[in-house]
Amino acid sequence: MKKKIIAFLQNAALVLYAMFAIFPLLWLVILSFKHDRDMFNTTFIFTPTLENYRMLFSDGEYIGYFLDNIIVSFGAIALSIIVGVPAAYALARFDFKGRDGIAFTFLSFRFAPEILVVLPLFLLYQELGLYDTYVGLIWVFQVLSLPLLIWILRGYFEDISVEVENAARLDGYSWWQVFIKIVMPLIRPGLVASALLSLIFVWNNFTFSLLLAGQDVTTTTVAMLQYVASDTVHYGQMAGAVLIASLPIIILALSIQKHLVRGLSMGSVKG
Amino acid sequence: MATEAYEKQAMKERQLTNKVPWKIKMRPFLILSPAFLLTIGILIPFGMAIYFSLTNYSFKYAEYMFVGLENWIAMFSSPSFWHSVGVTLSYAGLATLIETLLGIGIALLLNRENMLARSLRIVLIFPLVIAPVIATIIWQLMTNNSVGIYSDWLRQLGITNFNWGADPSTALITVLIIDAWVFTPFVTILVLAGLRSLPKAPFESAMIDGGSAWFTFKNLTLPMIMPMLIIAVLFRLMLSLQMFDIIFALTRGGPGDTLMTLPLTAYTEAFTYKELGVSLPFMLILYLFVYFLSHFIVKYWTYTQNKASGK
Repeated sequence: MKKKIIAFLQNAALVLYAMFAIFPLLWLVILSFKHDRDMFNTTFIFTPTLENYRMLFSDGEYIGYFLDNIIVSFGAIALSIIVGVPAAYALARFDFKGRDGIAFTFLSFRFAPEILVVLPLFLLYQELGLYDTYVGLIWVFQVLSLPLLIWILRGYFEDISVEVENAARLDGYSWWQVFIKIVMPLIRPGLVASALLSLIFVWNNFTFSLLLAGQDVTTTTVAMLQYVASDTVHYGQMAGAVLIASLPIIILALSIQKHLVRGLSMGSVKG
Repeated sequence: MATEAYEKQAMKERQLTNKVPWKIKMRPFLILSPAFLLTIGILIPFGMAIYFSLTNYSFKYAEYMFVGLENWIAMFSSPSFWHSVGVTLSYAGLATLIETLLGIGIALLLNRENMLARSLRIVLIFPLVIAPVIATIIWQLMTNNSVGIYSDWLRQLGITNFNWGADPSTALITVLIIDAWVFTPFVTILVLAGLRSLPKAPFESAMIDGGSAWFTFKNLTLPMIMPMLIIAVLFRLMLSLQMFDIIFALTRGGPGDTLMTLPLTAYTEAFTYKELGVSLPFMLILYLFVYFLSHFIVKYWTYTQNKASGK
């Protein structure tokens, strides 16, 4: 009997927290199907409408922000993969002087306060003509994605037995062939997971896009905050816009669920 | 296993280095160089930040000059700096404390085998991947005075003086709620991963010996999940010390200077008052603090790794 009561209380506590965590998202869905005129006098019962979504996509503006977000995020991740994969391999496989120091230097970028990076870059970018350009944002996003990718992948590389590589080399493969044909396929799940996780961080970034981009390149986070600050807030459209910006990220996170723990702790916890 | 193999490889590499020194010795650096070249552009700003903190650089004037430690001295002697330090530390400390306790609790509740726990394990991660700015907007939609459902519920409960971000006495609580909403799952999933990797035997014998739940938790569970817990706490502490997005999106540091943390102060000095030279020391001092914290993490990290490999 006592056990049953405890189990019931535990479930009740869990449900309470789930309400706190999930209700805002459910409410967002409800709002996004609500007509502006029902906003103030109804709560749960109303006639659903697609009006908000229609309005959202009727002018190209929102789609434009979305595209900008896609361009800079995917650009940043592609660049990180190209330079990060070899770097992670080198840090995992070779034993050389200063290895841990170099690895730590990369890690420390991830923990550099964003505002500190942005303030001087704001000047530098205007000098170099990188302010408010795709290239500029893709470059600065390396602060977020490259350390993450290098540190997570380093762990995955370390998991592969060196014997595998040595055997392939004995079979006459060159060093590059071993890397491309043997090692890469083995770390592919880890690569996909860490790339998607860095994509989430870059996609969600606000500070860099707020201060290093302006009229030409606007990401969704910045655009939505500007919209909230304007006085013509249509709550339903706002909710729809927020949902559409968050949904791809939630789906991505679900697809790499198994690797999430390892990724979020930058490889330190192999969950 | 992996470490052993790695040691062997390292030995081999060392032997190779003796035979063919230069080419192989340079190989790792060659492979690392693109990543380095790319991030050097991020290193430059650190140098620039230190340099400009010693000048009176302002976005208002074309010229600037070297002023030595003037900005630094002005910062340390201004009450607003110590206020910011206080706000930053209380925000980070409280956020980390709340998220850690709540995170452990939820992880323990999720670590049971029933339908509810199984399905919530997935769903409860959702807030973690939503951008903090977007999360703030969501909470604004929930709490705003005209259509916010939470404000409405509070009114029906007869609470009319809770004004969320608009009131100095509730602003901190509001940003902490939003921070906890987003980041509690971070602690939860790390701790949960720890709990799920625990061996069963010690818990069975504790149960046979009739140890209370609290006794088992304190003496068995907690020490065993400590490595994950410490990583989670340090990550949370480091990132909440620098939190900018949530506070900026909610109140821009207000009302008044209630939520003026170090990042918010630096932002305001640089972009509202246009005084870059004045703003930089605020961030540099924060960076110094975070840097030492991250050193601690790496030390701890190597310690656990060495322990795991039995060194």
